[in-house]
Amino acid sequence: MSGPLLSIKNLSCGYRQKRILQGIDLEVSRGELIGIIGPNGSGKTTLLRAISRILKPLSGEIRIEDKDIWQVTSKEIARKVAVVSQAIEPLMIPVTEYITMGRMPYYHRFQVFETRKDQQIVEKYMSLTSTDKLRHSLLSEISGGERQLAHIARALVQEPIMILLDEPTSHLDITHQIAILDLIKRLNRSLDLTVIMVLHDLNLAGEYCSRLVLLNDGKIFKVGPPEEVLSYEVIEEVYQTPVIVEKNPLSGKPYALLVTEEVLQQSGKDGRTG
Amino acid sequence: MNKKKILQWTALVLSLLMLCLIIGTASLCIGATDISLKRVLRVLLEGKGTAEYSILVNIRLPRIILGLAVGGALSLAGAILQGIFRNPLVEPYTLGISGGAALGVSVTIVFKLYHFFGVMAYPMSGFLGAAFIIFFVYSLSSKRGIMKIQGMLLTGVMISFISSSIIMLIMALSKSEDIHGIVFWQMGSLDEPNLYLILVTVGCSLLGLVLSYFFCLDLNAFALGEEAAAHLGINVERTKLLLFLIASMLTGLSVSVAGIIGFVGLVVPHVIRIFTGPDHRILFIASFLAGAAFLIFCDTLARTIIAPIELPVGVITGIIGGLAFIIILNKRAVRL
Repeated sequence: MSGPLLSIKNLSCGYRQKRILQGIDLEVSRGELIGIIGPNGSGKTTLLRAISRILKPLSGEIRIEDKDIWQVTSKEIARKVAVVSQAIEPLMIPVTEYITMGRMPYYHRFQVFETRKDQQIVEKYMSLTSTDKLRHSLLSEISGGERQLAHIARALVQEPIMILLDEPTSHLDITHQIAILDLIKRLNRSLDLTVIMVLHDLNLAGEYCSRLVLLNDGKIFKVGPPEEVLSYEVIEEVYQTPVIVEKNPLSGKPYALLVTEEVLQQSGKDGRTG
Repeated sequence: MNKKKILQWTALVLSLLMLCLIIGTASLCIGATDISLKRVLRVLLEGKGTAEYSILVNIRLPRIILGLAVGGALSLAGAILQGIFRNPLVEPYTLGISGGAALGVSVTIVFKLYHFFGVMAYPMSGFLGAAFIIFFVYSLSSKRGIMKIQGMLLTGVMISFISSSIIMLIMALSKSEDIHGIVFWQMGSLDEPNLYLILVTVGCSLLGLVLSYFFCLDLNAFALGEEAAAHLGINVERTKLLLFLIASMLTGLSVSVAGIIGFVGLVVPHVIRIFTGPDHRILFIASFLAGAAFLIFCDTLARTIIAPIELPVGVITGIIGGLAFIIILNKRAVRL
């Protein structure tokens, strides 16, 4: 319909005196799968915290569906934006109970128990994320990959139009990395869910995202499709590390190969590859 | 909500109600003069006039009712604070909140504020003292990011020290009749002659229980972390503010009528959690009832154990609770 789903205008954000994000402008349309990349301390997580209304901007504004997020209630935001952050305490509660907590934004003031409809929604997304087999296990006892799935299920139960994920694949083996990101991509396609995720791994970001936002030192360095953002000139400038960028022969997406100091010195003798 | 869970919770609440009833009845029978249950019923039915009737209705029954209200209030306040700070070792006493309330009440006694505000001056000043300390401790804990729990507990102990020192200062400067009033009240006793104050305590204590239920799910989400709770649509700061006010009301009220009774809010929710898990939906009501039963039990013990001398009930809860504190601290890897 009209306008972008999310629009960030001239956003500056920070903690106390220290500014972390400066002059961020970004528009995200419905159904996009955005990856936020950048070196440590470049403000990736801060940007997610600003969008999810944890951190109040110092200046600028963030609009979701053309409403300033600070003009609506936190409950209203939670019905539109679900967050899978890294700091969720793995409680000793059954997985189903945890996932059911995702319905809380829909409860009215005096509601203490979930309704049948809530239960059906929980069931639906538990089977979609195949967390239904973990039903009675405790959140504290399942593996890291399973817990990530539970977090995603909880986020989906909020029935959001947008989901924010902070490094959903960190500490996971490649099996689970791919499983999680495949799931996210499927959800993005089948539910028309807008996804914004912070990723550390440039290659995974390039492979899965439709658009990348590269942050450096609190500012947007480059925005665009992976082919544009993941060029070796850009990466070397931002990360201060020599890389070789090739194309994945199957997907055609860019991937970056690292070059060690030793190899660099040797190859320096016979001319640099790019 | 699955049916099994609702059944379990109902069963727990009913058995705790039974427990309150049994302990309450036992407390009615036991004392300096033991009165058998049969006799109790007969005396009550016969009505006024006998000495036994006045022991039961004027002395023991008000105490039991007050024990119910104060025990429930302290235990609920403990459960609320533990939910907010996400730590099982905080409660009104260990955070120094009871001390703050006691200071408020002492000021009221010495400056005779009850002349101006009537008997409600006591609970009001207790509430103000408690609220002041809660927000003081909390602002310390949030200023330095998340204050480490050791620091918070030490601050609590120091606040208790400071307030009891100031209370002593106040006593040193005041007339002997006031000193008597302060000492008598501060020892911690459920012996409260003012029936109106007892009714206010019962009312506010139940009100606190009802109000706490507006926030039980919020506190469940708090356990995931404050940020995760905010992501579930909870207005974290407002929720904390309102819960702090409820906890201040419960603590201030309890301290103003019964003095400092420590550790009820620590022991009871801890034991209850073993049965219920961390879900505040059942934890609140179960802690309230069990706290009521626990305090009536302790009070009965306090007035019979070396009868006719009566111990302050705080002595009993202090010994049981202090031991429990040490056990909890050592047994579980408490998130410090």
